[in-house]
Amino acid sequence: MTTNNTLIKVENLVKSFGDIEVLKGIDTEIKHGEVVVIIGASGSGKSTFLRCLNRLEESTDGHIYFKDTDITDPKVNINVHRQKMGMVFQQFNLFPHMTVLKNMISAPMKLLKMSKEDATNKAMALLEKVGLADRADAYPSQLSGGQKQRIAIVRALCMDPEVMLFDEPTSALDPEMVGEVLELMKDLAKEGMTMAVVTHEMGFAREVADRVIFIDEGVIAEEGTPEEIFGNPQCPRLKEFLSKVL
Amino acid sequence: MDVINILDWFNNLWNTFAHEFDFVFIQGDRYKQMLDGIFNTLKITAGSLVIGILIGIVVAAIRSSYDKSGARHGFGFAILKVLNAICKVYLTIIRGTPVVVQLMICYFLIFISARDGVPVAIFAFGINSGAYVAEIFRGGIMAVDNGQFEAGRSLGFNYVQTMIYIVIPQMFKAVLPTLCNEFIALLKETSVAGYVGVMDLTKAGNSIAGRTYSYFLPLLTVAAIYLVVVMILTWLVGRLERRLRKSDH
Repeated sequence: MTTNNTLIKVENLVKSFGDIEVLKGIDTEIKHGEVVVIIGASGSGKSTFLRCLNRLEESTDGHIYFKDTDITDPKVNINVHRQKMGMVFQQFNLFPHMTVLKNMISAPMKLLKMSKEDATNKAMALLEKVGLADRADAYPSQLSGGQKQRIAIVRALCMDPEVMLFDEPTSALDPEMVGEVLELMKDLAKEGMTMAVVTHEMGFAREVADRVIFIDEGVIAEEGTPEEIFGNPQCPRLKEFLSKVL
Repeated sequence: MDVINILDWFNNLWNTFAHEFDFVFIQGDRYKQMLDGIFNTLKITAGSLVIGILIGIVVAAIRSSYDKSGARHGFGFAILKVLNAICKVYLTIIRGTPVVVQLMICYFLIFISARDGVPVAIFAFGINSGAYVAEIFRGGIMAVDNGQFEAGRSLGFNYVQTMIYIVIPQMFKAVLPTLCNEFIALLKETSVAGYVGVMDLTKAGNSIAGRTYSYFLPLLTVAAIYLVVVMILTWLVGRLERRLRKSDH
């Protein structure tokens, strides 16, 4: 039902909180190596959509296929699939009782049964890459916001995910720290990582996205290349949204 | 002249004390009863503390899972609902009745054939303490930011692993002072163990006092021992707290 190139396929995704229908039927696909940026006003359902992809929110109706497995099926062991779907949160959510290194190695050791040595080598290589190797033994409370978010990203990378989900990764950062996190995300994109990014950073969307999805009132109101979305928006709600944020 | 008088007075006081001490504790090897009492009190406290923590973790996990559970339907949720109801009944009964009554019910109604009261006391105080510890833990679990839980789950940890590796360590640190309070209360509550014939510290002091018709020294000694144990416990917990706090400078 999906081509080989499709990593995630979403069919008629509906999500309600009580009587409020937040997502009203979303259909889309994310291909291998594709960077999809999801934009929309707050309350439009874009974060809910992202959180449904790894079932942090249980969808009310519809199907989500991850590598041809319907992960909305209650019989599916979602934990196994989540290992392959890294997630980065607005609030970083580093584990405050663990050092940076421990934050990174505990999941690979406990879930992938990696030896401590292998996990540490891998984590240190990633820390080296993001220039934070000297903070390996620090606790999260000793880091700046930008450092925390970069650690959160490499923590997810330690599990060798096939897709990375970013839920407003720069929204909680001081302005001067937004750049370092976006740079790291750009590097990831260049390396071919499949990414789904909910963000308000239109510059990032324009520069890095392969495709931009505009969600409005629980549906995909418009989607296309950054050129199409930012250069020639069709739907009036998108025009209105862009006029406010650009 | 005055100095000699004061020295004399101290000398007399010391002699009286030494004589009294000899009479109360040394003669008839009554200090052994005291040591037995200390030993039993510590044994009951430590044993019920372990039981209390184990019950507390399980009950708190059930109760907070129920409170947090997103999907409020299906078979799993039905089981959770039943377990939660059982936990609530347990909490209501245990917290609604005096521990000494629970202890006597255990000894005289449930474990009728028990000859030694100590295991029964450990059981009764453990069950009792579990109810209080459970609510302390539940408060702690609910206080850990939900983002921590989501971060654990998003890495692929299952519910139980997320609890064990991520939520409970943080919860434990947050509740440590309150938990210490509960342990202190527990230690002192065990002083009613004498109701079921256990020779605990209080009972030992009381028994010596009754035998010697001298209440002053036995009771003050008992009080002093409780105080010292509580102070040691407080000091140990303080050290533990400092160790756990090293992650938040």
